Amino acid sequence: MDFSFTEEQTLLRNTVQRFVQDNYELEARQKIVNSEEGFSRDYWQQLAELGLFMAPFSEELGGMGGSQIETMIIMEEFGRGLVVEPYVPTVVLAGGLLREAGSQAQKDELLPSIIGGETIFAVAYAEPQGRYNLADITTRAEKDGSDFRLNGHKAVVLGAPWANKLIISARTSGGQRDDSGITLFIVDKNTDGVSSRDYPTIDGSRASEIILENVKVSGDAVIGEVDDGLPLLSKIFDEGIAAICAEASGAMRVLNDTTIEYCKTRKQFGMPIGKFQVLQHRMVDMFMECEQSVSMTYMVNLKLDESDVEREKAASAAKVQIGKSGKFIGQNAVQLHGGMGMTDELNVGHYFKRLTMIDTQFGNVDHHLKRYAALDA
Amino acid sequence: MDLNFAPEDVAFREQVRTFIAENYPEHLRGKNRRAGLEKDDFLAWHRILHKQGWVAPSWPKEYGGTGWTVTQKYIWGEECATAEVLPVLPFGVNMLGPVIYTFASEDQKKHYLPRILSGEDWWCQGYSEPGSGSDLASLRTKAVRDGDHYIVNGSKTWTTLAQHADWIFCLVKTNTEVKAQEGISFLLMDIKTPGITVRPIITMDGSHEVNEVFLEDVKVPVENLVGEENKGWTYAKFLLGHERSGIAGVAGSKRQVEKLKTIAGSERSGTGTLMEDTDFARKVAELEVDLLALEFTELRTLASESAGKGPGPEASLLKVKGTEVQQRLTDMTLEAVGYYGFPFVNGPNVEGSNIFPVGPDYATQAGPTYFNHRKASIYGGSNEIQRNIMAKMVLGL
Repeated sequence: MDFSFTEEQTLLRNTVQRFVQDNYELEARQKIVNSEEGFSRDYWQQLAELGLFMAPFSEELGGMGGSQIETMIIMEEFGRGLVVEPYVPTVVLAGGLLREAGSQAQKDELLPSIIGGETIFAVAYAEPQGRYNLADITTRAEKDGSDFRLNGHKAVVLGAPWANKLIISARTSGGQRDDSGITLFIVDKNTDGVSSRDYPTIDGSRASEIILENVKVSGDAVIGEVDDGLPLLSKIFDEGIAAICAEASGAMRVLNDTTIEYCKTRKQFGMPIGKFQVLQHRMVDMFMECEQSVSMTYMVNLKLDESDVEREKAASAAKVQIGKSGKFIGQNAVQLHGGMGMTDELNVGHYFKRLTMIDTQFGNVDHHLKRYAALDA
Repeated sequence: MDLNFAPEDVAFREQVRTFIAENYPEHLRGKNRRAGLEKDDFLAWHRILHKQGWVAPSWPKEYGGTGWTVTQKYIWGEECATAEVLPVLPFGVNMLGPVIYTFASEDQKKHYLPRILSGEDWWCQGYSEPGSGSDLASLRTKAVRDGDHYIVNGSKTWTTLAQHADWIFCLVKTNTEVKAQEGISFLLMDIKTPGITVRPIITMDGSHEVNEVFLEDVKVPVENLVGEENKGWTYAKFLLGHERSGIAGVAGSKRQVEKLKTIAGSERSGTGTLMEDTDFARKVAELEVDLLALEFTELRTLASESAGKGPGPEASLLKVKGTEVQQRLTDMTLEAVGYYGFPFVNGPNVEGSNIFPVGPDYATQAGPTYFNHRKASIYGGSNEIQRNIMAKMVLGL
């Protein structure tokens, strides 16, 4: 039982912290978010050079021999700065899928270019009708010789406008909501038949609706086994959950600190509003929510390698906590800042928006409570 | 970061688990509520642990502690809660003991500590007064020096299990001219001293757990003063801050969750069981999530304690969240038993009663336990006071 970080992990945290402090002040961040592309290729390259993309991979895969804990550290610091660069889709999700089930050729080709910052991935799992059910898939992949033909509509693919490669879940057999019959494909975004409508998201990122029309994909582009993609996707999803829980923890800490600071200085009725007990207790409740979220973040990141059921329970439990706490802290941070909290000019609204969308990302509180209850029965 | 316990801790867990299984008194098994227990029932396990040398794990070894690591103490607490052993009463071992070995004279240490360990002296706590609850420092019980004695007048309340006590430790005012906190002293009194009267207070669950203690011209020898006169507030705060381990009650709550699920699995709802009712299952899931978060917050606290950092005011968080979970559990258990929450045939004293219960066994205590547990967010510094503490000490407001 040990909750301490190694020296290397502390160094890693310092590195990320410094990067975020130096480059991600709110003004700089908003400049990136509002730029034409909506993220910084320059920063992406810098992050690669700092070694962040190799941090979670084993040495034989070209990484630093780290684990999920490294991702947790990086994401917590990214959460503090509301970093928009697509670390989760590229390194956590795509990197995770390749690590877990990629063929030797896929690993050899793609992992070095992820680690080097050359390839950006987006993972297209959601569909307009599917809500949070990963198995609810109408996109079809039909066998065509040794190739496949993909047709369908993938929804709200986060980071897709920036990606040069997509990972797409499609149905190779079975009915619309069957667990089996789902296959994962690596698809070049510039393949004929792939079109996208790109748009900004409310939390400062970018996403796309991806339309697939007779997209020809080689059989070599399948990750793992044909028809057996769901367990794999589900596992990597939980790793994504663990990562954005850490991101949320970082964001919550900033919001709480900002709110406390504001209440110490803002005066009404002749005294700092932080002297009012009703606001003090609100901030204590925000503090407790944050601590519980940090605890759950540790919990899920430490349990990712346990059995499927234990891992899924851990991920759902953590996601429930983060969803609830994020909403509570976000809403109350705005409330305690009063009218100022409503403005675009303070950081409060930006953190609140990201925390709100983190609840939705990978399934919200209700979804994960149901999943937890079902696993627990 | 690593969730696994070290091999020596795993072995330790095995050792204490076996010890509990082999030594816990047969007639007390399952009796984890205080209501309806006799004095000897409370002391039976205490005496067995004393014989084993395990009665006061939190004490330094030189005074009779176990020398266990923070992790071992945690494991011990977990195993005790899982086995549902009746906890050793905290008043002597966890509250007074540390004050004595930290602040008292050598003679006092030699006299009182062994008697606390053996269970010879049953202590109760004289802190709250009818007019002084959350604002404890406003207490008015007065001790006036008269030669070799103090003459004490006043009253104490919410005195838990004073009906069995041999001794009471009291906060008393020895100086009313100064700021409230600076005129308080810490006095030890033999509860049989003339002028001390213990009156039962029956709580809404029908049980006799707490008492009012009246003090009328009680003559207390000056050698019963702990530490210095007028420094009692320091010792009182030390005492309040000391007993933090296990304050969250995680292991006990985990055990109760299992029981709740068993009950909900037996109760019918529509065509299935209550546990299959999605509304109820959702509430159970929410509770489990909160409990899991609490468990990991406690483990983080434990880790920083092991690293030599004492538990800070963050322990208030464990108290607030821990008692909230405990209360929700009793709430949902009462909800789960449905109509059989009504019968109150045995009062709070189901154990040893020869009245045949009405309804399922698990339902008989659901009501009394729910009502009794409302105390949890009030005692030990109300949850609102805990929030005040966190606002001041953690957030700096």
